[in-house]
Amino acid sequence: MSLLTNINKAFDHRIRLGIMSILMVNDYADFNMLKELLGATDGNLASHIKALEKSEFIAVEKQFIGRKPNTRYSTTKLGKQAFKKHIDALEQLIKNQ
Amino acid sequence: MDSKDYLKDITEIKELMNKSSRFMSLSGLSGILAGIYALIGAYLAYNIIYVTQTPSDDYKTLVLYELEMLQLFVIAFIVVVLSIITAIILSWKKAKKHNEKLWDKTSKRLLINFLIPLATGGFIILFMIEKEVYLYVAPLTLVFYGLALVNASKYTLGYIRYLGITMIVIGLSSAWFLGYGLLFWALGFGVCHIVYGALMHFKYDRS
Repeated sequence: MSLLTNINKAFDHRIRLGIMSILMVNDYADFNMLKELLGATDGNLASHIKALEKSEFIAVEKQFIGRKPNTRYSTTKLGKQAFKKHIDALEQLIKNQ
Repeated sequence: MDSKDYLKDITEIKELMNKSSRFMSLSGLSGILAGIYALIGAYLAYNIIYVTQTPSDDYKTLVLYELEMLQLFVIAFIVVVLSIITAIILSWKKAKKHNEKLWDKTSKRLLINFLIPLATGGFIILFMIEKEVYLYVAPLTLVFYGLALVNASKYTLGYIRYLGITMIVIGLSSAWFLGYGLLFWALGFGVCHIVYGALMHFKYDRS
């Protein structure tokens, strides 16, 4: 059971894992970029973003490009640490099989 | 969840990380073709420089007339333009095949990071030509092209980094063995492009 303690429930979904993966290697991404890469619907993506935001794993930054509102997302320090732990745990699990 | 699912997770994470930050549609085939153009160009240049005039004992002294300079310039220009057009067309085709866009955030970032060292080197070389200092033109083109590749490699396929390092080494050798610029050029822009282009083609294009 101890192996499973580092598996983070917050990442236990394809879309959430995807959001975090993209934000780990990019300084930031906007909603449309995430949507295109993950092939998710607006509502679905928004709810997963909300969940990650709530656990303070990602930060939301609202700004204007010209007159158009634009929301961009980035990982927080906490999010990066948690995601790394999660990946390590996944790899450990695979190795031990 | 069993281990198969975890493995799928990891694969998917890696794929997303690459796809979102690196331009994956760079065509290996275009590298091979660019190398072939460069070798043809080097052959033509060799004929102009060393065959049409009585060669001196070594490669170190070179007398070039204005017409020959112009011819060399035209050859170099055609090689560069052909290589760029080929790279764009083949990468566009590859992107289309994989349902990706040629011009997006990743290709923009790749281009900017490629152009910063390249343009810097380009200006230095132009200033040197303006001051009629030709000795280090060939080595410096190789070195700056190599630096541009290394800098761009973070945003595209991994082999580009090694191609860049190889170019830098060839450029530095060329700066040491002055006078053999054309041979080092042929080796760098010709042979290396073909070798790395083929490696990339077999690793990334065929899948």
